[in-house]
Amino acid sequence: MATSDAHLGSADHPATATGLDNRKLAMWAFLGSECLFFGALISTFLLYRERVPEGGVRPEDVYDIPFTSVSSFVLLMSSLTMVLALAAIQRGDHRQLRIWLVATAGLGMVFIAGQIFEFTAFIEHGFTMRSSVSGSAFFVLTGFHGAHVTVGILMLLVMAMFSAAGRLTQEHTMRIEMLGLYWHFVDIVWVVIFTLVYLIP
Amino acid sequence: MAVVAAPTRRPWPRRPSATTGFSSWFTTVDHKKIGILYGVTAFFFFLVGGVEALLIRINLAAPTTPEGALIDADTYNQIFTMHGVTMVFFVVMPLGAAFFNYFIPLMIGARDVAFPRLNAFSYWVFLLGGLFVYSGIFLGGLPDGGWFAYAPLSSMEPGARMTFYAIGLQIAGVASLVAAVNFIVTILNLRAPGMSLMRMPVFVWMTLVVQFLLLFSLPILAIGLFQLTFDRAFSSLFFNPTAGGDPVLWQHLFWLFGHPEVYILILPAMGIVSEVLPVFSRKPLFGYAAIVFAGVAIGFIGFGVWAHHMFAVGLGAIANTAFGVSTMIIAVPTGIKIFNWLGTMWRGALTLTTPMLFAIGFVTMFVIGGLSGVTHAVVPADYQQTDTYYVVAHFHYVLFGGAIFGLFSGIYYWWPKFSGRMFNERLGKLHFWIMLIGFNLTFGPMHILGLQGMPRRQYFFSEGLGWDLWNMVSTIGAFTIAVSVLVFMFNAVRSLAAGERATADPWDARTLEWTIPSPPPPHNFDEIPTVHARDELWHRKYSEDRQGRPIPVVAGAAGEAAHGEAHGEAHDDGTGDEHAGQHGFHLPLPSYWPLVAAIGLPLIGYGLMFHWVFLAAGTATLLAGLYGWMLEPLE
Amino acid sequence: MTEAEAHVEDRTHVETHEASHPSVGEYIKIAIILAIVTGLEVGIAYIPGIPFGWLVASLIVLMVIKFAMVAMWFMHLKFDSAIYRRFFVIGLVLAVVLFLIVLVSFGKFLR
Repeated sequence: MATSDAHLGSADHPATATGLDNRKLAMWAFLGSECLFFGALISTFLLYRERVPEGGVRPEDVYDIPFTSVSSFVLLMSSLTMVLALAAIQRGDHRQLRIWLVATAGLGMVFIAGQIFEFTAFIEHGFTMRSSVSGSAFFVLTGFHGAHVTVGILMLLVMAMFSAAGRLTQEHTMRIEMLGLYWHFVDIVWVVIFTLVYLIP
Repeated sequence: MAVVAAPTRRPWPRRPSATTGFSSWFTTVDHKKIGILYGVTAFFFFLVGGVEALLIRINLAAPTTPEGALIDADTYNQIFTMHGVTMVFFVVMPLGAAFFNYFIPLMIGARDVAFPRLNAFSYWVFLLGGLFVYSGIFLGGLPDGGWFAYAPLSSMEPGARMTFYAIGLQIAGVASLVAAVNFIVTILNLRAPGMSLMRMPVFVWMTLVVQFLLLFSLPILAIGLFQLTFDRAFSSLFFNPTAGGDPVLWQHLFWLFGHPEVYILILPAMGIVSEVLPVFSRKPLFGYAAIVFAGVAIGFIGFGVWAHHMFAVGLGAIANTAFGVSTMIIAVPTGIKIFNWLGTMWRGALTLTTPMLFAIGFVTMFVIGGLSGVTHAVVPADYQQTDTYYVVAHFHYVLFGGAIFGLFSGIYYWWPKFSGRMFNERLGKLHFWIMLIGFNLTFGPMHILGLQGMPRRQYFFSEGLGWDLWNMVSTIGAFTIAVSVLVFMFNAVRSLAAGERATADPWDARTLEWTIPSPPPPHNFDEIPTVHARDELWHRKYSEDRQGRPIPVVAGAAGEAAHGEAHGEAHDDGTGDEHAGQHGFHLPLPSYWPLVAAIGLPLIGYGLMFHWVFLAAGTATLLAGLYGWMLEPLE
Repeated sequence: MTEAEAHVEDRTHVETHEASHPSVGEYIKIAIILAIVTGLEVGIAYIPGIPFGWLVASLIVLMVIKFAMVAMWFMHLKFDSAIYRRFFVIGLVLAVVLFLIVLVSFGKFLR
């Protein structure tokens, strides 16, 4: 049959008209669409960032740039660990794969923990989703980004567990590659958010 | 079946294996069955949307007073909102999906789509999304803020109705987005050997463009809907004017999706017509490359005209001018297509079968709708036309006279292939003529009513405004359409029950789906075909004499040669599509995980609206479904 | 071809296909550069009295550099088929252009 599994489970064998793997192509199409998704969220924030009632709490009032910088660094490094995980499975080293998958998930969890800590602080200072339009835009944008990171963490852990159970084999390399693409995308969205939302006043 | 014991095999629950029978419809991953599911479901919603239209026309049949109106304002708001939502999201889009699902793999020479279970998931999510929106009828009322849900009415109206809208369309959007990814990969990757992009049937090209439009426009709607949902469910302030929220942002987000959406609605019909006209003119499509590039151009420019739905919002002269110009420009590739279709028919040996009549009907009605569209592009004129029945006339000419007629053309054209039966030609023609007349009676007068100032979305109109005659005509036309639909349904039932059995190629057609039996076997092609030309089937059947007239190739000679090539290619083509000469087709097994995962989504929706228990149950169901799906081998 | 043979062939296929991967060392270098650029960004943001135009321009440039590096190396776009790049770039360009138009229509970026 003319799908990527033409040779029964040999998922990395591209027997396709373009020579490209079905699932990798699918992931890139999806990422293209995610650009519009986050583009809309970011634009809404850029439109609304100054819309705070008279005397209300503005985002700049509550930002802790050093803290967020460390978070951003953590997420960037998680992209490194992710690509090392992929490199590991590509050379057949499943132990290293697990290590780097867990490291990536761990760094992701540190990032999320940082986000939660940050948001709690913001809310305590009166900057909430309901305190201003600016707050609505901020929290929905960063919330959706955080949700994407969380989904990524879950998938990383699931992959690591499958690998530990011996169920993730060499033929699942493409799955790790796809997960990597997703994870890096979530990282580069943060690269944009960090600059446009936090650094540029 | 896999010889190697899959390490992920789980003893329970057992994988379904039935590919026939009632329960097989719930677990199917066969693109053909999924296509039929989409088609039947969409047709059911078509009847619902049609009844909604008739109710509208009943209220507007004659002048009356607010108290005298048969249907009160509140109910009326729900009816016209749901008529729009239903027709756009639950009829025309899924009818297009029905055709993509059934015919794309057949037209490109594949055995299924790239991701069969994802395909099934799309269907179930669509169905559940539609049911979710309609479930509002029991839980507070149907959405009543217009199909375009302008804020702040949509974001601040109390009650559950517009939340059903926001969440229901979000769910349905997931279905289309996921399907878009599926079909993009399918069309690019699963083409048979020799089928280059410029040898693909135009229907496949138009489908590809539509999938890219969906891919890039749905996320924008998704954000708008999330913002709407958050405003309604969690008191965020996105569209709250008192807090500084801007309702115009909703309009931008909605129409950034909404305009590509109308091309999503029309391009499949254009693709169908591009298949039907050549077959029944016995001539190749005139200007194939021009039509393909025009389709791509329409898709591309379609992203640049959205604010023409917002001319009266107050964006300013510069914005209005820019969008007015881009809207004029998009008429050009559309015009190119019209002329190419005419060129196809010119000096062709026309047979006016039902599908051909609907295709010609499409071209003529769409031109009328297109012309009124061009008048909309003139901004000062649009100031008068906006929010009047003139707009209603325009979009019904393009969406009904265009999309629906085109889809009926496809239904009749491909009916023998997917049902295995012929339909009754006389009844088909009767359907066409009654529908054509009824349609023009319904919507033609609306141009006049609009120019006379009759506003949209009102549940009655008063005496003495001079609108009486044309409203009555329009209502009569609407019921005439209803009669024609009954004719179609009668024809359909009769055909399925006792129609003459169809051969593989009853129309003497041009494309690959007509090389296999009607209906096709589950594996579609015995041998994956090798394609040597555009209109591959036609070239297998005919060569040309000196005047370019088709002469049948000696039966057997070319047939064997082509078949032999296909056979040989299947042995040696090295792309690995087929094990040489093997007829143990590795078709993906049925699965219920797509349905299970899909069920999670409306549950999550109810959870967001009513009680966290549903949220938990829905999330668990979704995750369980995805988990089972991931672990299950494809075959 | 038996299943086993098919699998072996596939692994070879995968390896030759992936021959143009950056090495671990190169990945680490990229990561270090990314960290430095991030540091630069934060540093620039703290420069007192920096003109707004310069601030925005330099931060955006650095942002684009990081974006591109992750996309090209970590996501392997530099070494992969152009088709993947096109899918992504079309989405990206569309997002930037469409939303720029929307923001301008709201009066943003117009001093």
